[in-house]
Amino acid sequence: MTTTAQRLLVVENLSVSLPAARGEVRVVDRVSLSLERGRTLALVGESGSGKSMLCRAIMGLLPGGARRTGSGRVVFAGRDLGALLERELNRIRGREIGVVLQDPLSSLNPVLTIGRQIAETLRYHLGFSSARARERSIELLRAVGIPRPEERLACHPHQLSGGMRQRVAIAMALSCDPQLLITDEPTTALDVTIQAEILNLLGRLQKERNMAMILVTHDLWVAAGMAHDTAVMYAGRIVEQAPTGELFARMRMPYTKALFDAIPRVDDPPHTNLKAIGGTPPDLAALPPGCRFAPRCPRVQTRCRAEEPPLVANDREDHRYACWFPYPSEDSP
Amino acid sequence: MGFFWGKFVHLVVVVLAVTAVTFVMLDLLPADVAHEVAGQSATSRDVAAVRQELGLNDSVAARYGRWLAGAARGDLGTSLVTRQPVGEAIASHLPVTLELLLLAQLFALALAIPAGIVSAWRAESPIDRALGSAAFGLISVPSFALAIVLIYFFSLRLKWFPAIGFTPLSEGAWPNIRGMILPAVSVALVEFASLMRVLRGDMIATLREEFILFARAKGLPTWRILLRHALRPSSFTMLTLLGLHIGNLIGGAVIIETIFALPGIGRLLVSSIFSQDYPMVQGCVLIITVGYVAVNFLVDICYGLLDPRVRKEGSVG
Amino acid sequence: MGRKRGAAFWLPLAWITFVVLCAISASWLPVPSPDQIDWDNLAVKPGVAGHLLGTDTLGRDIASRLLFGARVSLIVGFLAPCIGLVLGCFAGVIAGFYRGLAEKLIVGAIDTFLAFPRLVFLLVFIFVLGASLSNLTIALGILTAPSFARVARANTIRFAGREFVLAAKAIGAGDVAIILREILPNVLAPMLVYMLLVMGFVIVAEGGLGFLGLSVPSPTPSWGGMIAEGREALDETPHVSMIPTAVMFLTVLSVNLIGDRLRGQVDGRESQL
Repeated sequence: MTTTAQRLLVVENLSVSLPAARGEVRVVDRVSLSLERGRTLALVGESGSGKSMLCRAIMGLLPGGARRTGSGRVVFAGRDLGALLERELNRIRGREIGVVLQDPLSSLNPVLTIGRQIAETLRYHLGFSSARARERSIELLRAVGIPRPEERLACHPHQLSGGMRQRVAIAMALSCDPQLLITDEPTTALDVTIQAEILNLLGRLQKERNMAMILVTHDLWVAAGMAHDTAVMYAGRIVEQAPTGELFARMRMPYTKALFDAIPRVDDPPHTNLKAIGGTPPDLAALPPGCRFAPRCPRVQTRCRAEEPPLVANDREDHRYACWFPYPSEDSP
Repeated sequence: MGFFWGKFVHLVVVVLAVTAVTFVMLDLLPADVAHEVAGQSATSRDVAAVRQELGLNDSVAARYGRWLAGAARGDLGTSLVTRQPVGEAIASHLPVTLELLLLAQLFALALAIPAGIVSAWRAESPIDRALGSAAFGLISVPSFALAIVLIYFFSLRLKWFPAIGFTPLSEGAWPNIRGMILPAVSVALVEFASLMRVLRGDMIATLREEFILFARAKGLPTWRILLRHALRPSSFTMLTLLGLHIGNLIGGAVIIETIFALPGIGRLLVSSIFSQDYPMVQGCVLIITVGYVAVNFLVDICYGLLDPRVRKEGSVG
Repeated sequence: MGRKRGAAFWLPLAWITFVVLCAISASWLPVPSPDQIDWDNLAVKPGVAGHLLGTDTLGRDIASRLLFGARVSLIVGFLAPCIGLVLGCFAGVIAGFYRGLAEKLIVGAIDTFLAFPRLVFLLVFIFVLGASLSNLTIALGILTAPSFARVARANTIRFAGREFVLAAKAIGAGDVAIILREILPNVLAPMLVYMLLVMGFVIVAEGGLGFLGLSVPSPTPSWGGMIAEGREALDETPHVSMIPTAVMFLTVLSVNLIGDRLRGQVDGRESQL
């Protein structure tokens, strides 16, 4: 167990609610996790599982109507972010926590030049002069692998390719040397060939800069290749979490297994039926009383429908899962 | 460049069409210009001579052609009533209208931009509702009615501004501007309302964009996000509306000019129509139309300045 | 739907109904004739000497003049947009349905017309044909036609690509039948709502003309003319101008509020499609 000082980010019991037609809906439900410097945590789950909302809650950027509920805490580098004023939070966002979003075309401002958009964080957070900000912007663009960065500064986002735009967005996120980088599906909107390049870039930058990184993805393989730890989310809850190698070696929670089995594999014979997960994610406004995955679970039993399983570590300290009837630990896929 | 030229040709065609239609319409007027010009005591021979001199015996098309040729050389003819060159008369009236126009737009924008931003940022809040109701009320007030109310309170009761009259700039900047404030506000308040509503709507849409979330994730302060990231992409409809307002005001501020006794183009136009001073009417219509079309042209160019994506399409198409 | 319309809908409707009833029954109401001069009571305050809203500077009863002026405002305010709607619908639907050359010509004509100084058109129209209520209505109606045409064209283009129109084409329905049966009913709903907004504009425009003395010829009263007449004595007897100003404001505000509410409902219905 590491000491608290080393843990850069600690999320405890965090819940987020959205108003809905019938009362409130908990889109993030009692989530706890922690992250150390230099480590990457992958958040995996289907769309709507609450992984993006969790990231937005960590940054304090919940969409209109959504709010944190309960007694949850987000502690970043020793500070409780929920207790900070918007102004103090702004000194952390962009400066100590960098963010990369899914679609680089919509996340960059279409009417401002690349140079302006990189320089504004440098000038606002670090008080750089415009000449120094320009110099640093060029360095950053070079660091993310953009050729002829001097010329790119005057470009507008629409003049760059998708991959280039995401590199620019990464450069912006890194501009103030953040300690934590949150990347929300950073490659989902990109071509397959570009995806690998961007992931490699992120992995390299994370190592070079010894940053902590949260990587949100719906793709287990991305998690497998990138993350030290992986947390699987389902219907607003973390249902299984372990070091990535351990998780892939011993999947305990049937949902994780189902997610894994849903990936088509190269060595499958042609025309194999994809093992898509049966059923649909539950309606958050009308959750089943027991385990949320119970209606779709192949191993479901009576207890699952009545009692919600807690997220606990049973036989290994670092492997937590929420399941009454897990796959046995030797059952590796 | 094709985009630019296409617009330009369109512009010229509209100006030609409008002036030609005016020519035909004026030709329909029942009064005999030659009679008017020759005077009360003129004999039929004098009238015939005047008619010959003015070229009134020619067809409409021939006269329009002659007028157009003159206009192309910068000669808009001479007033039938005052014998003053039309160009000169317009040059003395135009600055008043332009000043009114400029001040009114400045006031309108100075109110509409902050109000629109605040309403969008705090959408559905009490302040948004209050601004929205105020705007709705203002849209329903005719500018002349507003002018009467403003004159009553600010000129007659409070005596802050003169009720009517125009002071030329040569007699000092403050007296000049002081006389322009109430007319400009009368126009501006009505325009403010529509500009604000449009800006609010577009801004709410922009604030939902992902690049705003990204800007917030960069830790930028709210005012900077609103002004720098959200305002520009949200100002297109407002700009279009502003162009329409300006275009309509060049000749359409007659009522305000009349109430405040400002010697602008609108009043020149109306008095020329009443006195059947055709060259003057024709000249005013030309200026008003060119102004209207030019403003719309400028708005198109501004799109390109505001949004680089438009610029790209423009240079290709 | 079941959306509540609320006071912001019913109060304006009540006001408009009141004004309409007043305008219709003006001749039978117990008020003096609008041009009858009460020499003993010039510009008196409301309530004095049996004048409910006072008299103007010529001693004419303001209430009576408002009632008769309402006729002008309402007739022009209602009929002119109707004329504009019919003309605009015709041009806009043809442009939107046939596209091509017809559309180019119509759009060009609309652009030219919009660039044409409105005042010149109005004044020359009235000069040539004479100042009367009907000519004023027609002139204002023609003025509103281009903006109706734009709305009609945009909506026609939107609906012309919809399945039910394509289906009608596929079973060999004629153009006229398609326009009348499939397009027009759909285009008309947004147009009618837009008409309410134009009504507010026309009432203001008529007021402006009346203010300049260019509306209906005297002695028929018009609201704009009443506001202008009170202007000279604004300092001593502000009510002469302010009462018609308030009545006009309330009327235009009511029309706009009703239009706004109805537009919200049409939009709502559209988004449910």
